Amino acid sequence: MQLEQQLRDRLKNKDILLMTHIVLGYPSFEINRQVIRQMVANGVDCIEMQIPFSEPMADGPVIVRANQQALKNGTTVAECLIFAAEMAASYDIPFLFMTYYNIIFKYGEKAFLAKAHEHGIKGCIVPDLPPEEAASFLQLAADYQIAPILIFAPTSIDERMRVLASYANGFIYCVARRGVTGTKSVIDQDVADYLKRCRQATALPLAVGFGIQDRADVAALIGLADMAVIGSQTIRLVDEQGPAAVGPFIAGLR
Amino acid sequence: MVTSMETKDRQGFFGNWGGAYIPEVLHQTFQELNTEFRRCKNDPLFWQEYVDLMSTYSCRPTPLTHAENLSQYFGGAQIYVKREDLNHTGAHKANNVMGQGLLVKRMGKKRVIAETGAGQHGVATATMAAKFGLKCTIYMGEEDVRRQRPNVFWMEKLGATVIPVTDGSRTLKDAINEAFRDWVTNVDDTHYVLGTVCGPHPFPEMVAWFQSIIGLEAAEQIIRYHGRMPARIFACVGGGSNAMGIFKRFIPETTVELVGVEAGGLGIATGAHAARLSGTDGSPGVAQGYKTMFLQDSDGQMKETHSVAAGLDYVGISPILTDLWEQGRVRFESATDNEVMAALDLTMKKEGLIPALESSHAFVQAFKEAPQLSPADAIIINMSGRGDKDIFTIAHAFNDPSWQDFIIKRGLEYSQKK
Ligand SMILES: Cc1ncc(COP(=O)(O)O)c(C=O)c1O
Repeated sequence: MQLEQQLRDRLKNKDILLMTHIVLGYPSFEINRQVIRQMVANGVDCIEMQIPFSEPMADGPVIVRANQQALKNGTTVAECLIFAAEMAASYDIPFLFMTYYNIIFKYGEKAFLAKAHEHGIKGCIVPDLPPEEAASFLQLAADYQIAPILIFAPTSIDERMRVLASYANGFIYCVARRGVTGTKSVIDQDVADYLKRCRQATALPLAVGFGIQDRADVAALIGLADMAVIGSQTIRLVDEQGPAAVGPFIAGLR
Repeated sequence: MVTSMETKDRQGFFGNWGGAYIPEVLHQTFQELNTEFRRCKNDPLFWQEYVDLMSTYSCRPTPLTHAENLSQYFGGAQIYVKREDLNHTGAHKANNVMGQGLLVKRMGKKRVIAETGAGQHGVATATMAAKFGLKCTIYMGEEDVRRQRPNVFWMEKLGATVIPVTDGSRTLKDAINEAFRDWVTNVDDTHYVLGTVCGPHPFPEMVAWFQSIIGLEAAEQIIRYHGRMPARIFACVGGGSNAMGIFKRFIPETTVELVGVEAGGLGIATGAHAARLSGTDGSPGVAQGYKTMFLQDSDGQMKETHSVAAGLDYVGISPILTDLWEQGRVRFESATDNEVMAALDLTMKKEGLIPALESSHAFVQAFKEAPQLSPADAIIINMSGRGDKDIFTIAHAFNDPSWQDFIIKRGLEYSQKK
């Protein structure tokens, strides 16, 4: 309930919320720190911090390369957890973990979720962990008050959405289109129809991600969803123009 | 809410291993795939169609060859060789691919994609796509494209698009990731022809089912030639499809010892290998859609693997084999690159057979164990593929000077023309 309530409170005076994505350790924790500072200062409502994995199957080229580079830099899970604690303690917005299941499995589900809780993390997105394989993870997430963020896809039929929603908490992450992260999505009538189906399947807030890149995309989602997710675009921006470009970019999205 | 999970379906698990750890976008496609696969598996006409196709388009049943010279040389068990090298396209990979091709036709999909390591599975898939009139894209690690250029040539000639993968270690696992990325993007019209008994359910079960034709034939053949069951069966293990193929029929035959041989690379102690179950470097993990023993670090990051045989150079292993290993039903050993070259050389000289580098791993272990057995016993080696097709790789591995001269001269000829 906690994460959902935090988002609902923020929705009271905003048309739409913004969630951003960080790959931990890319290009470095110090740059992560600067980027997050600017994101928060410019009104970001929620940040998902990706713990890098060597096999990021659901990600596109930008995030894949960021994962690989972070690992090449020697980024460890332990460092990611410490950094997350620092961020959650510094800023008054919800922070989430995003990672692939093997990272959690290897750390130990219970140990990982306990640590996440202890460090003030509010939710966890695991794109390769469908609820069918997540019995113990979901139970432990509930025990440690970490919202399991489940994913809707355009290929999810209504009945499936209802099943997913029954295990979800915090909000639902609606993937805007088929494919991986990074490629531009067009918010057209098909996406609008899909988001209407999502809305009918759950009372939880809806976040929309994959290929949301600019002010027009965010504006197009107002009324259809509760939160826009900017992923690869800020990573691209930091690559090309450095962390100082993030603030104005975020400020210009709404 | 959470309690209803207790009754959840542990579909696709073999003991503690397997499952379907897939992104949500693929959920519906896997439902359809499961339904269609179930239907085919329960339909005897489907299996008959498959056997007919394999006997008219490939070379089934493949022979079981009595390797008399090698048997005599080692002075122990009678050595038999199951000749999967005689399949069309030169390896057991054709069995799985043609089977999935029939499934794709039933599902009405118009495009197939596949990963490939050595290129065998890619060539087989491109062949199947040509025969069945499907569009075809093959993902292959850049490193493997470099190692296996001739197979890239054939895939392209067969009409497939080959996409070199430049992420990660640029080998098989990275090609699998990239194939999944294509699949989540083009899920409506595309089927992913996974090349081995790994990945999310139903792939391990499905690929093992198609490959089981190897063991069904071998069991009949060994009874015909030898009069009884073999003492041991040896197969190399990359993902595990040729091994599962020959083992499956024999699993209930408790007197038959089943031996899987992994890539020992430069030696287990060096870390440059792909031994997930033999040795102690593998540990439980979940990646590429399934749970098994992976070569990974303590954070769960996959390690780089090494083998002279590209087809064995992989971080994971079939969840079915991991289960059989855990139960003690299949024993795992490893063979080093050097042992493999020696066994290949001996097999060529003694029998006139040219096993693929992958298959040669099985020969290494069989040669170690044959002398311990009596001439009244039989052993079977699964010769999963032929080596003559991989002339560039094998000549390179033998460091053959006259071959190198030839390549240098050819190179000069081409560069003068340019
Ligand atoms: C000839 C041959 N044997 C064995 C393998 C290893 O695969 P599997 O373990 O699935 O049989 C390959 C893979 O490319 C191969 O080409």
